[in-house]
Amino acid sequence: MIVAECKPIDEIRRMIDRYSSILLVGCDSCVAECAAGGHRETQLLGAALRLSYQKDEKTPIITEACLDRQCVDDFIEGIAHQVPEHEAVLSLGCGAGVQALARVYTDKPIIPALDTLFIGETEVRGVWQENCLGCGQCKLGYFGAVCPVTRCSKRLMNGPCGGSMDGRCEVNPEILCGWQLIIDRLEALGELDRLNEYVPPVDWSTSHSGGPRRVVREDQKP
Amino acid sequence: MKTESRLEKVLHAGHFAVTAECGPPKGSDGDVVLRKGKHLLGCVDAVNVTDNQTAIVRMSSVAACSILKSMGHDPILQMVTRDRNRIALQSDLFGAFALGIRNVLCLTGDHQSFGNQKQAAAVFDLDSIQLLRTVRDMREAGTIIGGEAIEASPRMFIGAAANPFADPVGWRANRLAKKVEAGANFIQTQCIFNLDRFREYMKQAHDRGLTEKVSILAGITPFKSAAMARYMATKVAGMDVPEDLITRMAAIPKENQADEGIKIAVETIEQVREIPGVRGIHLMAIEWEEKVPQILKVAGLDERPQP
Repeated sequence: MIVAECKPIDEIRRMIDRYSSILLVGCDSCVAECAAGGHRETQLLGAALRLSYQKDEKTPIITEACLDRQCVDDFIEGIAHQVPEHEAVLSLGCGAGVQALARVYTDKPIIPALDTLFIGETEVRGVWQENCLGCGQCKLGYFGAVCPVTRCSKRLMNGPCGGSMDGRCEVNPEILCGWQLIIDRLEALGELDRLNEYVPPVDWSTSHSGGPRRVVREDQKP
Repeated sequence: MKTESRLEKVLHAGHFAVTAECGPPKGSDGDVVLRKGKHLLGCVDAVNVTDNQTAIVRMSSVAACSILKSMGHDPILQMVTRDRNRIALQSDLFGAFALGIRNVLCLTGDHQSFGNQKQAAAVFDLDSIQLLRTVRDMREAGTIIGGEAIEASPRMFIGAAANPFADPVGWRANRLAKKVEAGANFIQTQCIFNLDRFREYMKQAHDRGLTEKVSILAGITPFKSAAMARYMATKVAGMDVPEDLITRMAAIPKENQADEGIKIAVETIEQVREIPGVRGIHLMAIEWEEKVPQILKVAGLDERPQP
């Protein structure tokens, strides 16, 4: 899923202060799972904004709405009746959600309320871990299902650097050494031999280095 | 002999090699490089030039190597993959060779979060092992990445770094084997303070037949003070400084600590010379290049062979 965090109120205010009516639109998918932009967080952000404006003796119209999925047209249409009644939309979707709303509601300013961070998983409640960079050539099968491109701070493909200490990364002791994870898991699986082979330079052309990516499938088109 | 490197000649002739490190200045003053280089002239076989070490912006290592070359040194160009993608790295290898540089040390580099440009984009297009293979393929096959043939390939004597003290400990010899397999001709190790662990590492390297295939130069760093010893023990990633060394430094009055640091370095040199497979030392006197001749003189290594 996509993991995101809510921006500070001040930053949001700097972007929306010019509007007198704002429609807050949450997304009940990924960003709800990471407690950043679901139904609940949309209500909370609405209340926080009202309070913030109250302090400044301002009373813009703030309306809350939430879509099941902000990146798919069928769902986006769910707010079609509310959008025209507001000057701007404040999206609590990920970056994809914000841009999907902008594509559908062409004449409306769409403002992001979240910082979109990464593709990851809920490790335990309250902890989200980045574990996929979407490089376009999944090699997890060779690395014990731990991604060196994502979990190693230097994206090393041929083993740990000299800064791995007690299973921690030299960049920050909060970061687990991805290579320690890879080695531990392959050892447990009895597949350490996979690491003896030289891994050639990665073909980054399938990643964002190749430009914005797009998948077109004729069999899926209406 | 694979190259015109003086370091290769010295090692090939069976001499115990001495290399030292020279950090380029934080600015454009080439005289700083000349000054540092002068201290080292005649007392080392080759000089490493660091590449924006600890991710702090400094004069380019290619430029500083070229200055050292002009004064008669055999420079070792350190190249990290942190800042340049494969286009820039390969291009700089061509340029470095054209400027007379004959040695390259292939590194991944410290993460940019340690330096003074923490907001920089991380490149890491290649890792150090892929860079080793790239330099080797240029020399042996005359090709760049992807197999395209090039005219006048750079023929570099190729080095790699090794940290015997990092985790996972069991993996370190494998990593060394991968570097040798990828083309490393010589290895310069991380600073050695824990001799027992280094001996164990060298034994593993020896048992796997790696010391036959690659020349290992033991990394030596003199402490300037007890504070530096403590700093290296606690703040520098991948460093193993035994507590008794820190205690020994701290027991000496401040004004004599530098001498004690040099004494420890000389003792370490004497001990690593006894370890089978150690073919030389790499002296990293950090911002203390002027002490290198003294350390080598006391260690009896100041007379360098003329290959």
